Amino acid sequence: MRKESSFAAVLSAVVLVCSGALILNQKVSAAGEGKISGTVRLDGPAPHMKGIEMSKDPYCAKAHANEPAHLEQVVVGSNGGLQNVVLYITEGLPASALAEAPKEVLVFDQKNCMYTPHVLAMDAGQTFKVTSSDQTTHNIHPLPNPMTGNIPWNQSQPPGAAPIEKSWKAPEVIPVKCNIHPWMNGWHVVVKGPYAVTDGSGNYSINNVPPGNYAVTAWQELYGTQTQKVTVAAGKAGTADFTFKAK
Amino acid sequence: MRTRLQKWSLLLGAAAVLALPPASCAQLTQYDLESRIGMESHIGSITGHAKDAKTAYRRYCTGCHGDLGDGNGENFPWVDPKPRDFQLGIFKCRSTPTGTLPTDQDLFDTIARGLDRSNMPQWSTFTKEERADLVAWVKHFSPRWVNEKPGTPIEIPPEPEITPERIKAGRDVYARVQCWKCHGVLGQANGPSAATLTDDLSRPIAAYNFTEGSRPKCGDTDRDIYRVFMTGLDGTPMPSFADNIKPDEAWDLVFYLRTLMSQPSKAKTMAKQLGLKPVDPNAPAGQQ
Repeated sequence: MRKESSFAAVLSAVVLVCSGALILNQKVSAAGEGKISGTVRLDGPAPHMKGIEMSKDPYCAKAHANEPAHLEQVVVGSNGGLQNVVLYITEGLPASALAEAPKEVLVFDQKNCMYTPHVLAMDAGQTFKVTSSDQTTHNIHPLPNPMTGNIPWNQSQPPGAAPIEKSWKAPEVIPVKCNIHPWMNGWHVVVKGPYAVTDGSGNYSINNVPPGNYAVTAWQELYGTQTQKVTVAAGKAGTADFTFKAK
Repeated sequence: MRTRLQKWSLLLGAAAVLALPPASCAQLTQYDLESRIGMESHIGSITGHAKDAKTAYRRYCTGCHGDLGDGNGENFPWVDPKPRDFQLGIFKCRSTPTGTLPTDQDLFDTIARGLDRSNMPQWSTFTKEERADLVAWVKHFSPRWVNEKPGTPIEIPPEPEITPERIKAGRDVYARVQCWKCHGVLGQANGPSAATLTDDLSRPIAAYNFTEGSRPKCGDTDRDIYRVFMTGLDGTPMPSFADNIKPDEAWDLVFYLRTLMSQPSKAKTMAKQLGLKPVDPNAPAGQQ
């Protein structure tokens, strides 16, 4: 009996101390890390995205029988918000913020003979997993420039194949294709430091940015890059909105 | 009317866009090459020295592969498939996994064997020492051989005895991993994806036609064929199947591929006796 109660006391003390430490920790990181957020918009009418003809692979065609697939170079949502734009910091990051790639493992899925997501942003050295949800063979073939330190490779994924885990060494915009399904193309955008990708409304938020003055760059696969200056003050998020002109 | 400044900035902008690095025009200079002139190759007990290959390369190789090894020699416009760009360090015929450098022996073998269905002949006229020197010279064009080590050659188990069961099992592999998507159900390079294949530099490229009697690109022994689909032909659409075909199944597939080839073989005779039918691309998985 006595033994039990002392055990309970120790246990509750441990729980208290631990949760206290957790809360404290959160406060510390909240004060030390800000963010940069904003919206990326398209100015002008969105260009027509061609439909994709998949009849050469009946599996793919069937998957899109009710909803035809379209190219995804420019995806515009509500209020002209531009999706799949990668935002990253090109100036001002302290070395400490660049030291380690995030532990989060990203997923690049082949689904209904399209890449999901179409644009995968990642930190150099961060692990990503290539998966296939399809009952058809794909070959996953990223095409970096080997002079950057990123080496091209080409692996098959027949139905039911295990995921392939990889990472890229150096910052680079890498096109990814499947030779078997020539319409399949996606992007691995490898950057150094924190990054974000715009959602369906063109909104983004780069987290874990310490206070300071930065240059933020927005990359869009068809329209190229734009850069602007932004300041993150302690406890106050920086804002940077971008507008790309429709072409 | 545009000012002169505007014109210049437009021009500069255009130049900047053009200067974005497509993989083929990494700017190597003679100076970079000089710094790697000490490159060596090791083939068995032979050591090759880049510096000793200069004359042979200029005489026999520059015409296609170019002085800087970028595949941009004076014959470039007339040659198809295009000459290899050695600066990229990407090679089709390797014993090493996809995405890794080949071994010295791999390059040595390619020079001796030549590449069928291309302008690359067999260079059996060179002595082994000369060939080893040329391997070192080829390597000195790419900084990758300074920064990286060649991949570890894949392990190939001893070739088992060919049996009708193995040939049938090989046909199932051909169906399961869908070789026919490019190579066609009869190996005639007419699968649904064959017509749109392009290489890494977006140039049209043909899948291998097993039936027309030409030698496989990376050699015609059973081990050479095994290696092709387990390492992939880097720079081309042919991927590596190493993660999806077990070593034993790989031998089954080699035997089945032999049945598609026009050259007479034990496998071909066996397949005929079996009355083996080609794969059915519409059959549900596992029901060939």
